[in-house]
Amino acid sequence: MAHHRDSQMSMADADIEAADGLLAAESSPLRTAIRQGLSSGPVMLSVGVLAVITLAALLAPLLWTSDPIAIDPATRLRPISPEHWLGTDAFGRDVYSRVMYGARISLLVGLGVTVTAVVFGMIIGIVAGYFRSVDSVIMRFMDGIMAIPGILLAIALVTLSGASLLTVVVAISVPEIPRVVRLVRSVILGVRSEPYVEAAIALGTPAPALLMRHMVPNTVPPLIVQGTFIFASAMLAEAAMSFLGVGLPPEIPSWGNVMAEGRAYFQLLPGLILYPGVLLALTVLAINILGDALRDALDPRMAKRL
Amino acid sequence: MNAAMPRYIAARLLATIPVMGIVAVVVFSLLRITPGDPAAIIAGDSATSEQLEQIRQSLGLDQPLYIQFPVWLGQVLSGDLGTSLISGVSVSSMISTRFGPTLALSTSIILFSIVVAIPLGVIAAWKQGTLLDRSVSAFSVLGFSMPVFVTAYILVLIFSIMLGWLPVQGYRAPADGLWAFLSRLILPTLALSTAYIALIARITRTSVLEVMGEDYIRTARAKGLRERAVLTRHGLRNAAVPIITVIGLGITNLISGVVVTESVFNLPGLGRLVVEAVLARDYPVIQGLILLFSFIYILINLVVDVLYTLFDPRIRY
Repeated sequence: MAHHRDSQMSMADADIEAADGLLAAESSPLRTAIRQGLSSGPVMLSVGVLAVITLAALLAPLLWTSDPIAIDPATRLRPISPEHWLGTDAFGRDVYSRVMYGARISLLVGLGVTVTAVVFGMIIGIVAGYFRSVDSVIMRFMDGIMAIPGILLAIALVTLSGASLLTVVVAISVPEIPRVVRLVRSVILGVRSEPYVEAAIALGTPAPALLMRHMVPNTVPPLIVQGTFIFASAMLAEAAMSFLGVGLPPEIPSWGNVMAEGRAYFQLLPGLILYPGVLLALTVLAINILGDALRDALDPRMAKRL
Repeated sequence: MNAAMPRYIAARLLATIPVMGIVAVVVFSLLRITPGDPAAIIAGDSATSEQLEQIRQSLGLDQPLYIQFPVWLGQVLSGDLGTSLISGVSVSSMISTRFGPTLALSTSIILFSIVVAIPLGVIAAWKQGTLLDRSVSAFSVLGFSMPVFVTAYILVLIFSIMLGWLPVQGYRAPADGLWAFLSRLILPTLALSTAYIALIARITRTSVLEVMGEDYIRTARAKGLRERAVLTRHGLRNAAVPIITVIGLGITNLISGVVVTESVFNLPGLGRLVVEAVLARDYPVIQGLILLFSFIYILINLVVDVLYTLFDPRIRY
């Protein structure tokens, strides 16, 4: 009897696995996305731009930069010259070096916020979508956080907890989390009634296995799309906050801080704002183009809506 | 307007209460849950122990939380947002004196964006696949990606510094003359509406395209209606719901943009008040502004939801 049930179960499991495999083969979303997405001109260009900026950020010390925080009163506010490729700022610091090292900080903030928001949003979203008893409490709380303008919440959090790289990353992540929660929750709710999930439930699959094998994988493609947009908006948020003087501490050379220092000298040296500003815009543009392409490939329904 | 509308609006109003409640709890907790002594955070490093004690008393921080919260909530509900720690002026009167520039700026952005973006989106949908369409799409991706302050400084560089046509910054009330008022709003409006136009144009294009594939559009064309009438009377009207949603959602993004834009152009509005309050650690003012902006957000969402039912009678609740 026991043996019979076992074999039945493994057969059903095999069926589910086969169904999963079929589903995967049918869409194989990520692979299709990469194949189709990369073939378009703007997307290839975006990938190229991002690769160059990431490499520049990683290799900043090797790319003919000097110390980005070394102050030299003798060379204040110099225009472009062979010694200072993008001139110097009000403290005589080399703007080229600051912009190159700034790429590290700005990309790090984008990455940090994306990982934080996706990890926490995923956990909360799975809980809300799977455990129906806590769903409405969690979602009302998320609605409340979403009602507070993101940048205001982030600014307030940084002010209260003291400006540092960590607090800025956390502060920008907090307003992003509810959007991830909503997405993950809706996917989990959507797949609950799928036949293969109902079959797995009927077979008594324990909750962790059910979640990890049959439900959570479905959240990955839309989360990749959402993640790219979070990355882009986090970089913009950090720049805006630092620019206003309410983000990263001024001694950290992020693109936002380099621009913040250029504010007072804009009429004299517009480049202090424009060089990092254009680089930031270019990076965010490339990420957004990539995100759009991924969305079109991974989620045709969403592409049609937007 | 159908008979169920008043009931729907009432239900929708009731539904905002828990959300407002959560916002109040979050705003209240901000200062109290952060590590460290809130009075010390407010007072800064150089405060004496008497000053700390005074701040604790004036904010009720010496009371337990379960007493603080109802007292604070009661004050907020009666319109008392507290008093600025720096100027001693009440937060609500600070908000009312700073409201004008923000209202002027956001109104001009919303109007300008709608007037530009909707025709842009309709034309792009109409000429689908042409160079024009692709330019509109390219512009909308670019519009999302430009940081507001970078756009703002590029505009200042061109129109104020190089051409000398418009003032670099500042604000004049409408009473000081219409041109003095408008000329100072043009660049902030252009800078901040880029992203907003991108958003609205994009959604207009997709929703018009979607609607234009419907059967009733074919019927309208078949009965000999001119293309323009088909587009506006049947196409745009039925595409209105997603467009309104995006206009409503965009207003909430606008709030972050207003904070940055007002600072760049030195407009003495609520957005700059946020930055001033944060830099001065004027906590009651920060708290009051976050509450105000969240309230505006909830209100806009409510209006958008009610507008749905007006534009799409199929939506019933």
